[in-house]
Amino acid sequence: MANAREVEQRIKSVKNIAQVTRALQAVSASKVKKTIQVLERTRPYSTKAWRVLQHIANQPQSEGLHPLLEQPPVVENVIVVLISGDRGLAGAYYSNIMRFLQVKFDEHPAGIRYITVGSKGRDILVRLGKDILAEFSNLPADPSYVDVSAIGRLAVEEFLDHNIDEVYLVYTDFINMIAQTPVIKKLLPLTKEGEERVSDFEEERNFSTEYIYEPGQEEILDNIIPRFTALQVFHAILESLASEHAARMVAMKNATDNATDLAGSLQLEYNKARQQAITNELLDIAGGAEALEQSL
Amino acid sequence: MPIRCEIISQDRLVFEGEVDIVVAPSTMGEVGILPNHAHLLATLELGRIKVRRGDEEDVFAVTGGIIEVQPNLVTILADAAEHVGEIDIKRAQEARQRAEKILAEGPPPDTDTYLKMEAALRRSNLRLKLADQYRKRGQRARPPGMGS
Repeated sequence: MANAREVEQRIKSVKNIAQVTRALQAVSASKVKKTIQVLERTRPYSTKAWRVLQHIANQPQSEGLHPLLEQPPVVENVIVVLISGDRGLAGAYYSNIMRFLQVKFDEHPAGIRYITVGSKGRDILVRLGKDILAEFSNLPADPSYVDVSAIGRLAVEEFLDHNIDEVYLVYTDFINMIAQTPVIKKLLPLTKEGEERVSDFEEERNFSTEYIYEPGQEEILDNIIPRFTALQVFHAILESLASEHAARMVAMKNATDNATDLAGSLQLEYNKARQQAITNELLDIAGGAEALEQSL
Repeated sequence: MPIRCEIISQDRLVFEGEVDIVVAPSTMGEVGILPNHAHLLATLELGRIKVRRGDEEDVFAVTGGIIEVQPNLVTILADAAEHVGEIDIKRAQEARQRAEKILAEGPPPDTDTYLKMEAALRRSNLRLKLADQYRKRGQRARPPGMGS
């Protein structure tokens, strides 16, 4: 039986842990709420922008239309934009996305370079000896489009310079508070397969003609494709951020529950130890008294 | 047969619904979109979007963006857009005064400040003009079916 004083100390430290995790849980809960608000405000625009991009890519004569729509014949170099976070204690959030990444790209025949958003993903890739082209970490807690548009621009530039043949975006899609799934989206070149989340396919059957462009085809496509691509990155960051906060909140809730359980069972152990100590003492006294009586 | 119209600004869905005609300010001039229009992708300028269904007409101020037309779908991705009923007249007036004041101080043309203020002035002028024009004619305060 453990010493009562030792058990008491453990109870104290477990309760401290519960207090800390409870605070973290509350912080994450409010952050996730805020991020969801931003996400919901920007989601219509970025999903419709993505749909417009899909429409452009799905034209019958999409070849030769714009360099960003051009699928290179051989894919030798690929950029993967990996969205992770900067802070730990987020449960399975990081291991999920990293496992997903490995499943998708470990067997990939092309040379892969990474653009990482968030230091956690970067650290893991460095440890694995991966080739990192650029990294963006310590983003503001509520990033705006302007803060992150450089990430998308970098990918577009690398593609236009023919340094790379394809660009993928890997991030965590926020479904709800308890479900977040890693997803992959092909950013560049814009091709028909790009859409992983299937939607609006009934419209595509209507495709028979090309667009009329006003003012000119080049001006418009030059303007919107890079911008909307960057927007997809921005949106992916928001989705990932919401997922990270939600994952952390759930992880912290579990930690708090576990700590509370542990404190409960430790309390029981403490009571037992204390009782045992009292019993022992009483036995000592009784034994002593008896010995005294006999000697008289 | 109506055509589906969606107007989305960068921070929210401004309007969606089935309509008879959409009129939008493209860079090449005002375009009117009826159902079964040819595929079109055009940039928008600062101006007015009109959406009509039967006798009902909704007017929006838009500050630029793009319009994508499919035979049965019009998507307007606006930099910023608002229904005339939503225009905050006081704020627009303040913005106009602020821009006018800064422009009156005569910043050199083609600088950032100058261009920004000129754009701000044009935006607030548009908002005030549209609010003035359409509110008198008894425009509904909010587009149908749209919460705040």
